[in-house]
Amino acid sequence: MNIFSLAFKNLTRKGRRTAVLILLTAFLSLAVFGGSVMILSLQSGLNSLEARLGADIILVPSQAQSKVSFQNMFLQGTTGAFYMDASALDKVMEVEGVEKAAPQTFLASLKADCCSIRIQVIGIDPEKDFTVQPWIARSLSRELGDMDVAVGCKVEADVGEIIRIYDMRCKVVARLEPTGTGLDTAVYCSMETMAELLRAAEEKGVSHKIESGDDVISAVYVKVRDGYDIDTVNSRLNGHIRKATAVRTRSMITGVSDSLAGVSRTITVLIAAVWVLAFIILLLSFALIVRERAREFAVFRLAGASVSMLGSMVMLESALCGLAGGLAGTGAAALVLFPFSRLIENALNLPYLMPGLTQVLLLGVLTVVLSVAVSALSSTMAAYRLSRVNPGTALREGN
Amino acid sequence: MIQAENVCMQYFRKTGAANFFYAVQPVSLQVQEDSLTVLMGRSGSGKTTLLNMLSGLQKPSSGSVLLGDTDLYSLRDRDLSRLRSEKIGVVPQGRSAVDTLTVMGNILLPEMLTGRPLPVSGAEGWMEKLGILNLKDAMPSQLSGGELRRMAIARALSQQPDVLFADEPTGDLDDENTHLVFRIFKAYAHEEHKAVFIVTHENDALQYADLVFRMDAGKITGPSPFPPSPA
Repeated sequence: MNIFSLAFKNLTRKGRRTAVLILLTAFLSLAVFGGSVMILSLQSGLNSLEARLGADIILVPSQAQSKVSFQNMFLQGTTGAFYMDASALDKVMEVEGVEKAAPQTFLASLKADCCSIRIQVIGIDPEKDFTVQPWIARSLSRELGDMDVAVGCKVEADVGEIIRIYDMRCKVVARLEPTGTGLDTAVYCSMETMAELLRAAEEKGVSHKIESGDDVISAVYVKVRDGYDIDTVNSRLNGHIRKATAVRTRSMITGVSDSLAGVSRTITVLIAAVWVLAFIILLLSFALIVRERAREFAVFRLAGASVSMLGSMVMLESALCGLAGGLAGTGAAALVLFPFSRLIENALNLPYLMPGLTQVLLLGVLTVVLSVAVSALSSTMAAYRLSRVNPGTALREGN
Repeated sequence: MIQAENVCMQYFRKTGAANFFYAVQPVSLQVQEDSLTVLMGRSGSGKTTLLNMLSGLQKPSSGSVLLGDTDLYSLRDRDLSRLRSEKIGVVPQGRSAVDTLTVMGNILLPEMLTGRPLPVSGAEGWMEKLGILNLKDAMPSQLSGGELRRMAIARALSQQPDVLFADEPTGDLDDENTHLVFRIFKAYAHEEHKAVFIVTHENDALQYADLVFRMDAGKITGPSPFPPSPA
């Protein structure tokens, strides 16, 4: 029998004491792993939103902001539509400092007989688009054809399925990767398909108040050339194009970013508080345990155990508790976080994109390592006190 | 075998006329092989403190304790612990069981800790002599006080130590077992050529002793002449 099996026996034979220690470390691990996954998910959601917006500036009709909140459109998938003449795209390209400009046209479907599901339809020009197309390209190796649609991951339609939008049959050709934003609830199609859908909507009597004829777009996504100040280009766009407003994308997500920072800060503070609390409780627990076991340790000493051997045994016992607690806490957090991620996302009302499996596994391993380290560290004080106790004195005091 | 040179134990005491008092006044003595040495005295006279100092469990305030040529307290903790495990057996006063180990596990504890071969048959032999062989797989919580005491004695004897220290080894035993234990200690000293040092207040021990010391208020007297052995 070695020191490992002795420590293991001490833990298994003192079930209640061990269970309390494991529970404490499990609580610590649950907070660390759960909190970290949430912070990472929020961060990933924001990054994803930034990547999907992908532009420095978005030009929209002047009346757009009074019709729909951009933030809600991108975060919660609120449907909305507004239009301007497609010539706005050419005017954007005339402005100095503009590197790329890509149009998008929006159409909000209705929850009615004409449509099988209520969705935001976004038309893109695959040749010019630099925001959505790279995302679609990861799921579809060709361009979107006539009446083809690519659906966000939260749209309940599978590849190959036909969905009806204003009684037009559209074929789902791709399901897109999740972004953790409202864009996951949208459907993407080519500008040609969008023109068909707009006509169908008009025929159904759904007025979109298109004032500028058939050739309309909803927004122009602008990428500013390197070396140009984005604010300057933004001002130039506002001065150059009438009846349209240029908005910096950063200002659109500032509110989101601020909320996310607030939530992340709160979670971090909570993790830190749990950390400190658990550490103090573990510290006190081990101090009490060592005091309670003083005579037992004295017996080990008279049987030939050195101070370092006893210290190692105490630290090993606590590390094993940390390991068990770490695994239990991480597992419990995973059981809550993964099946209920949609609920958490809805409750937070923020972009929320779960990290990938590798990242989650790495985080889980780190949490368990942290749990083991904290447990071992919290027992060092007890181990040190143990080294100061004279076995002869401990034997006498135990009588 | 064990040579104590002017060992004493002094404690700081805030009250009273003096700031210090002696639990054990400076003493020099030898614990010899082939003999059973008995230290007698009243409770609180310093017997256990002296035993702890002689067995390497409690560093004296001053003086030295030699095992052969080795000064116990000049050794590093790791070396002293190993030496204690290999050459010094101690039966402490009171309960000395590790609750998470079986009786056999408790008896083999010194060898387990130092990684030496486990003297299972030797341990079983001592357990049989002490009448606890049937309890080898029991847990300490299932044992009576007397059985626990005999378990501690079997542990110390199974180590085959050069010097065996026992502090009130018969405290929880009935008369029959008390004499059994003293006979075993006497035989161990004489037949195995080892040194046995017993601290007790039981007069029964005297008839087995080769050397007797007495202790009173931290001061030791003796050794007295060899008392007659029992017939």
